[in-house]
Amino acid sequence: MIWSPEYETMPRESLEQLQVERLKSLVARVYEKVPFYRNAFKERGVTADSIKSVADIGRLPFTSKQDFRDNYPLGLVATPMEQVCRIHASSGTTGKPVIAPYTANDLRLWTDMMARTLTCAGMGKNDVMQNAYGYGLFTGGLGFHYGGEKVGATVIPSSTGNSKRQLMLIQDLGTTVITCTPSYALILAEAATEIGLDLGLTRLRLGVLGAEPWSEQMRNEIEIKLPIKAVDIYGLTEILGPGVSVECSHRCGLHIFEDNFLPEIINPETGERLPYGQVGELVFTTLTKEAMPVIRFCTKDITSLNAEPCQCGRTLVRMGKVLGRTDDMLIIRGVNVFPSQIESVLLDVEGVEPHYQIIVDRERHLDDLEIWVEVSEAVFSDEMRKMEALQKKVKDEMEGTLGIGARIKLVEPKSLARTEGKAKRVIDRREL
Amino acid sequence: MKIKQVSVFVENQPGRLVAMLQALKDREISIQALSIAEGSDFGIARMILSDVPKAVEALRTAGFTIRETTVLQRDMPDRPGGLLEIIEPLAKAGINVEYFYAFVDPTPGTASIVFKVSDPDRAEQILGA
Repeated sequence: MIWSPEYETMPRESLEQLQVERLKSLVARVYEKVPFYRNAFKERGVTADSIKSVADIGRLPFTSKQDFRDNYPLGLVATPMEQVCRIHASSGTTGKPVIAPYTANDLRLWTDMMARTLTCAGMGKNDVMQNAYGYGLFTGGLGFHYGGEKVGATVIPSSTGNSKRQLMLIQDLGTTVITCTPSYALILAEAATEIGLDLGLTRLRLGVLGAEPWSEQMRNEIEIKLPIKAVDIYGLTEILGPGVSVECSHRCGLHIFEDNFLPEIINPETGERLPYGQVGELVFTTLTKEAMPVIRFCTKDITSLNAEPCQCGRTLVRMGKVLGRTDDMLIIRGVNVFPSQIESVLLDVEGVEPHYQIIVDRERHLDDLEIWVEVSEAVFSDEMRKMEALQKKVKDEMEGTLGIGARIKLVEPKSLARTEGKAKRVIDRREL
Repeated sequence: MKIKQVSVFVENQPGRLVAMLQALKDREISIQALSIAEGSDFGIARMILSDVPKAVEALRTAGFTIRETTVLQRDMPDRPGGLLEIIEPLAKAGINVEYFYAFVDPTPGTASIVFKVSDPDRAEQILGA
């Protein structure tokens, strides 16, 4: 089934025409409302009149994660605050998060996009959807929640964690669709084995999984261990949250809801726009968002686009699975973590030197974050009690900033590998 | 009496203790007393050494994180109750012992104790050392 056939199966010429119209009015709107964009447009001498085709988007400036930080918290907001009715957030590159404000129309748009997403993934109104994405500032929980309700399914807001209770709900309430991170799907499978529950005897049939990168091998493992078809979903806080793109039942790329989110692939070195099929950095422009529209946001995600018609009937362009990142962002248990955040926490703890190494591993399907910190003479004590207090202080500060737990290991100075005078900061041992 | 103790941060893995001991041996520094406090990932080696300035230099050169601390050292009779006679008056005076280590002195019938307390000046007074 297709939730919005008029948009999702629109002939590509009409779609492009719609995109150009929306892009023109977007450019006019942000020029008027957001000083950041007005200045950037003036510098390049572009106005709404410069936009005559979709390709003209190439004349607009890029927006980076750094721009979000420079304009923290609400510098990029294009509407009066009284029109903003909800705010979500995700981690930024340092201690400050990325703020995502929504107007009532934005929330309607988001709910619609999630209804499209879940329908595209294969969910319908007779399904029971158990939503094990985190509820709170994270966009995953509420995004899926309202989309599921809009589709007409029965929504169980189970949120993250407590696997035994999740399994109880799956059995007792006849859950058919599970929405969570791919790694959590595997944790659930293991927990089921531990308590002797055969998931094959439950009504589970579909998983809409995302918020972290995962491979085809992991998909195979999930489908062997759980009686579900595992469908990949993509989204990001700066653009919307979940609901930007999703696989259909043919699973040959993720359909991007292009009537609202205009994608481009660029060469990350030169900024040059690349044709369909070529691999590069994914860039998004939000065509219809009100509270915080974004022009050419560089996602740092590496993938390619495919505009060939899909067997499902959708004319929407498909993005390939994300192949990697152009920056050092890590996604740990669905949470974005930047080495620079870790560094700023260490600098805040008195006496601790910013010599550290991040070890990410996947133990029994759960990402494990370990941070090795070199002990300088400034913080070293002959009393174990004080050393343990230091370890705990770093751990607490780290959790407060990153939003996920980390193991802190104190190590001897200069024991951390340094290559060409620069420390190798991240060791990612996960096999995705 | 007050003496200098050298503490060394040692990672809990094979070879690190060897590196520390080698650094001391190479400069012909002898260890008069030693105790190691262990955590899960690392230990703190606390030592009374024959030549503190030389030891500090040797250990730093070998890349170790070290700390010099003033601790108390006291001889005591090597017989039942010997240690009790030292600790009890401190407890009565409300002085907390952070850690201590004891060893038998080469002089027959004598033992020695190295300890760190919350208030070393008062402890010294009480013990009359």
